[in-house]
Amino acid sequence: MSALAEPGASAAPQHRESLATGYRRFVFRRVLWLTVLTILLVASVLCNIANGPAGLDIGTVITGIFDPATLPIAERIIIWDVRLPYALMAAIVGACLGLAGAEMQTVLNNSLASPSTLGVMYAATLGASLAIVFDLAGPLGIPENYIVPVCAFVGAVASILLIQTLSRAYGATVDTVVLFGIAMVFALQALISLIQFVADSDSLQQIVFWTMGSLARATWEKLAIITAVFAICLPLSIRQVWKMTALRGGESYAISFGVSVERLRLIVLLRVSVLTAVAVAFTGVIGFIGLVGPHIARLAFGEDHRFYLPGSALAGAFILSGASIASKSIVPGILIPDGIVTALIGIPLFLGLLLAQKRRPQ
Amino acid sequence: MTTLTVDNLSLRYGEKTVLERVSLPEIPAGSLVGILGPNGAGKSTLLRALAGTGRYSGTVHIDGEPLQGMSFLRRVGLIGYLPQELPQPTTLVAYEAVISACRAVRPDLSTAAVEGATEETFDRLGIRHLAFHRLNALSGGQRQMVGLAQVVVRKPALLLLDEPTSALDLRWQIGVLNVIRNIISERDGLCLMALHDINFALRYCDYIALFGAGRRLAFGPPSDAMTPDVLRAAYRIEGRIETCSQGKPFVVTDSVAAADDYGMAGTQHF
Repeated sequence: MSALAEPGASAAPQHRESLATGYRRFVFRRVLWLTVLTILLVASVLCNIANGPAGLDIGTVITGIFDPATLPIAERIIIWDVRLPYALMAAIVGACLGLAGAEMQTVLNNSLASPSTLGVMYAATLGASLAIVFDLAGPLGIPENYIVPVCAFVGAVASILLIQTLSRAYGATVDTVVLFGIAMVFALQALISLIQFVADSDSLQQIVFWTMGSLARATWEKLAIITAVFAICLPLSIRQVWKMTALRGGESYAISFGVSVERLRLIVLLRVSVLTAVAVAFTGVIGFIGLVGPHIARLAFGEDHRFYLPGSALAGAFILSGASIASKSIVPGILIPDGIVTALIGIPLFLGLLLAQKRRPQ
Repeated sequence: MTTLTVDNLSLRYGEKTVLERVSLPEIPAGSLVGILGPNGAGKSTLLRALAGTGRYSGTVHIDGEPLQGMSFLRRVGLIGYLPQELPQPTTLVAYEAVISACRAVRPDLSTAAVEGATEETFDRLGIRHLAFHRLNALSGGQRQMVGLAQVVVRKPALLLLDEPTSALDLRWQIGVLNVIRNIISERDGLCLMALHDINFALRYCDYIALFGAGRRLAFGPPSDAMTPDVLRAAYRIEGRIETCSQGKPFVVTDSVAAADDYGMAGTQHF
C-alpha cells in the first residue's frame, strides 16, 4: 500500500487532465483494435470467397460483389450462390458463438465456460440425431433440407427451457446452474450414444458428420435466419453492458449496488442459448469459438463489456472465417469439416493465450 | 437528515437463527456506529438485511420510512452497502469498476454526472493514480479501496460497511475513516460499520453496538457500552477497559474466560 497517496487529501487540482479525458485516451487503443479486427474480418471474408477449387483473384471477387453484371455467368454463380453465403455464414456463426461465449463467461464467472457448457450443443445434436435416425421429415411435413436444423433447434430450446425451469426453482446461483448444466451434458451424451447404438450404418454416418460441424450447407435463407437472430440479440446484450460489467467486479458487489444478479443470469443464459441453438442448428457442432473468442477479446479489450462483447463477436467471426479458409486449403479439393479445423486451430491458440496471460507481469 | 431505527429484528442465516428480536434505539444523523461481535455473531447478516438484500423479520425505519415498502430506486439512492469480500481480481480497470457500479443501477444519470461523481470519488479516496490499473494488478488493500469507491460514488446517506478496513494498513484505516466521516457529515448521513478491531471502534466510533449469543449485548457511546462483563459475554475472554492518556477507553485482554464464568456454554456461534 506504500504506493498510495493519502486518502482524503485531494492532490493539487491545477492543470491536470480529468479522469474522463484520461479514460478516453486509455480506450483509444481498444477502439483502434476493434477497427483492426473489423478490417481483418472483412479481409478474411474476401479471402474466403476467393478461395476454392475454381481460383478467383480478390479483384474479381470485389467486382463480382459490387457489380455482378460485368462478370461471366459462371463466376457470378460461384461468387453469389456458393462462396458468398458460405463465407458470410462462417462470419455470422462465429460472431454468434463469440458473443454467446463472452456473455456465458461473465454470468457464470468462469473463463472456461462456453456456449456448450450447459449442454445446448449436445441437445442440438440429440435433436439432429433423432431427425436423422427416425427420418422425421415425412411425418412432420417439414422440407427435407430443414428437418435436421429444425429438430436440432427444438432439442436445444427444450434443454434451455429445462435448465431455466430448474434454475428458477432452485435459485439461479452459478453453482446450481453449472451443476444442472453438467448433469444435462452427461445425460444428453448418453442419449446420443443410445441413438447411435440403434442407428443403421447410413444414419450413423450422417450423425457423425453432423457432429463434425460444417458450413457447407450454407444458403442465403439460412444465413438470413441466423443474421436476424444475431441482430435481435446484439442490441439486447448492449442494453445490459453496464450490469454485466458491474458483475465482473464480483457478484456480491453487483448485488449490493442493486443489480438483480440471478434475474440477469437467467436472461443472459436464455439469450446465449438461443444464439447457440440457431448457429449450430444449421452447421452442426462447432466448438472452441465460444471459448477462444472471449479470451482474445479480454486480452485486447479488457472486460468493459462495451468493448468486450463486440470484440468477442468480431474475434469469433474472424476465427471461424479463418478456419473455414483453412478447411478448404489444407487438402485442396476436399472440404474438411469446419468443426474439426476449428478445434485443431483453436486448441493451440487457446493454450497460447492462457499461457501468455499467465506469463504477463501482474 | 438520516435516522435509523430497528425494532424486533430477527435474522436467519440458512436454517439457523443468527439474531433474535434485536432492537436499536433511534440513531441520530451524523453518527458513526461500530458493529462489534465475535465471528458468526451476525454482523454481516445484519448489514445485509439493513441493505435490503437479505431476509429478516421485524421492522427497520430509515428516516421514518419503512425499509420493506421502499422502492428499488429509492433504496439504491439512499443506502450504500460494502460487502465483506474484496472486489474480484479481473481485467476490469478501477475506473470502469466504479463507473459501471453507478451506471448499472442509475440509467437516469447523465454521462457528465457519472463522470463527475467518479472523479470526485477517486480524489476523495486518494486513489486517482490507480484509476487505469487492472483490478488483478492491484493489492488487496487497493482493491478494497476500489470497492469502497464503488459504494461511495453514489453518495448514499446510509453507509453500511462490512469490515471496510480489513485489508488496509494503519495509515489507510484512519484515512478511510476520515473520508467516511466527511461523507456522512456532508449528507447528514449515518454509517454502520462492522469491525473486528475493538480498540479501533472504541477510538473512532460515536456509538458501538455489540452482538453475541444471538442478541444485542450492548449499545451506546464507547465509554458506556464496553464493560468487562459484555466483553466476557460476547468474546468469552477476560479483559479490562482502561483509559488512555487522552481519556479514551481501550480494551486490554488478559485471558480466555473459564467456561463457567459467563454462563452461556453452547452458544458459541461458529
